[in-house]
Amino acid sequence: MTLEKDGFLSPEELTRLPGIPSAERLEQGPVAVIECAQEIPCNPCEEACPAGAIQVGEPITNLPVLESDKCTGCGLCIPVCPGLAIFVVDMTYSDREATVQLPYEFLPLPQKGELVTALDREGKAICPARVVNVRNPKKFDHTAVIAIAVPKDKAMNVRNIALIRRQ
Amino acid sequence: MRETELAIVGAGPAGLSAAIEAASAGVRVTLVDENQRPGGQLFKQIHKFFGSKEHYASVRGFDIGTKLLSEVEKQGVEVMLDSVVWGIFGTHVLGIIHDQKNTYLRAQKVLLATGAIENALAFPGWTLPGVMGAGAIQTLINIDRVLPGKKAIMIGSGNVGLIVSYQLLQAGAQVIAVVEAAPKIGGYGVHASKLRRNGVPILTSTTVKEAKGKEKVEKAVLVALDQNWNQIPGTESEYEVDMICLAVGLSPLSELAWMAGCQFEYIPELGGHVPIHDLNMQTTVPGIYVAGDLAGIEEASTAMEEGKLAGIAIAEALGYLSPEEAKIKKEAVSRRLDSFRKGPFGKAVRKAKARLQRRGEVQ
Repeated sequence: MTLEKDGFLSPEELTRLPGIPSAERLEQGPVAVIECAQEIPCNPCEEACPAGAIQVGEPITNLPVLESDKCTGCGLCIPVCPGLAIFVVDMTYSDREATVQLPYEFLPLPQKGELVTALDREGKAICPARVVNVRNPKKFDHTAVIAIAVPKDKAMNVRNIALIRRQ
Repeated sequence: MRETELAIVGAGPAGLSAAIEAASAGVRVTLVDENQRPGGQLFKQIHKFFGSKEHYASVRGFDIGTKLLSEVEKQGVEVMLDSVVWGIFGTHVLGIIHDQKNTYLRAQKVLLATGAIENALAFPGWTLPGVMGAGAIQTLINIDRVLPGKKAIMIGSGNVGLIVSYQLLQAGAQVIAVVEAAPKIGGYGVHASKLRRNGVPILTSTTVKEAKGKEKVEKAVLVALDQNWNQIPGTESEYEVDMICLAVGLSPLSELAWMAGCQFEYIPELGGHVPIHDLNMQTTVPGIYVAGDLAGIEEASTAMEEGKLAGIAIAEALGYLSPEEAKIKKEAVSRRLDSFRKGPFGKAVRKAKARLQRRGEVQ
């Protein structure tokens, strides 16, 4: 399984990325998970971070490096990533649940409190999820940031929600 | 005969950027486009662009188009729309048809920014309605807001195929699969991942064998390919679809450059026959410049930079910028171009472009 062949990152590929926080950091509270694995010329995440926790530098094809100690998990990097490759995971949400914030560009948007189906990187349904927040201000430019609560053991696999169908 | 200092053919990202750059230096610019609306393909691009802030990163394509248009207006550029440039003669007379009438425009300098045309792919059934270019789909869904089908198969996993597949999902269609003949996905992994996590499979080493249907596409037959790109008998599979979308590359739209007598080189990495040009984007015919996809298939972001480069060089050649002023401006653009062509995805283009421009500089 590889990104180039299958179109999504394998667990092995993910562990090698400089934008993925350590297991210890994940246990300490909300933090960005930057799933950017190819050297493409792009750096809006670096500028979007108010805490200076994301470094791309020169050349702009460098992979973004997350300084996870500085990251507050605010999620402002999520909607600026043209690749929709940044998520924020909070393992401390409750005893049993973690939250995953993800970028979402489909209509209709889910609503706070709504029950949705959480999908993994392959689009497979892996668990039900509860929408705990929907952020869609003008500044995000139509990339809404959806926060969902999922069982803790699913938080590093959930990366999408199934399309919302309304009559 | 009407006269102008700089005639630009094509009001896409390259042509618009060149017009802004040249006009802001004082050049009288006439921008000619065969479409009813300027912007080229920019207004179809509803996704956020990659790059840095200077490349308009994280801004959606159509918003970039709006910015460029308002700037063109502010600079007082003359824009001729619905006007087909059908020929180029002598020292720079353009034959133009507008409103069924023929006119001529003489220009001291000409920038050809005609863009590209989508490649086709021939297979049994490819003439059935429902087989269409990814660009056509993008126009229908994002400009005209018409969904031409419900279930699509996309042929080609370059960035165009991946992006248009995602936009088809956004428009409410189902994408049954993205099909790629090569053993690897052609476009950015992040674009592929957006599709995968929405449940769209990407089938590598696979191609379309046939489109079946009576009046229109009803089924697509896919087949696996071996290492030598030969179909493997017995691996056929059928899918019920009403759209087969082709995203199998682009070729420079080069007729006017040929007619003008520009020398070409065949460079597969740049999309085929490309006019040889120097670092000022000038072709082998003095006074005729190229920029954007015509100068080698790349991205809208690089087209805008090449357009700026040509605009600056032309303003300099016409005496509106001193060599020193032009040098500073050109260096800034070249830096941005270089940074965009870095990394594994830009490597082939970067090398090919350097080879082409070395030839251009010698001539």
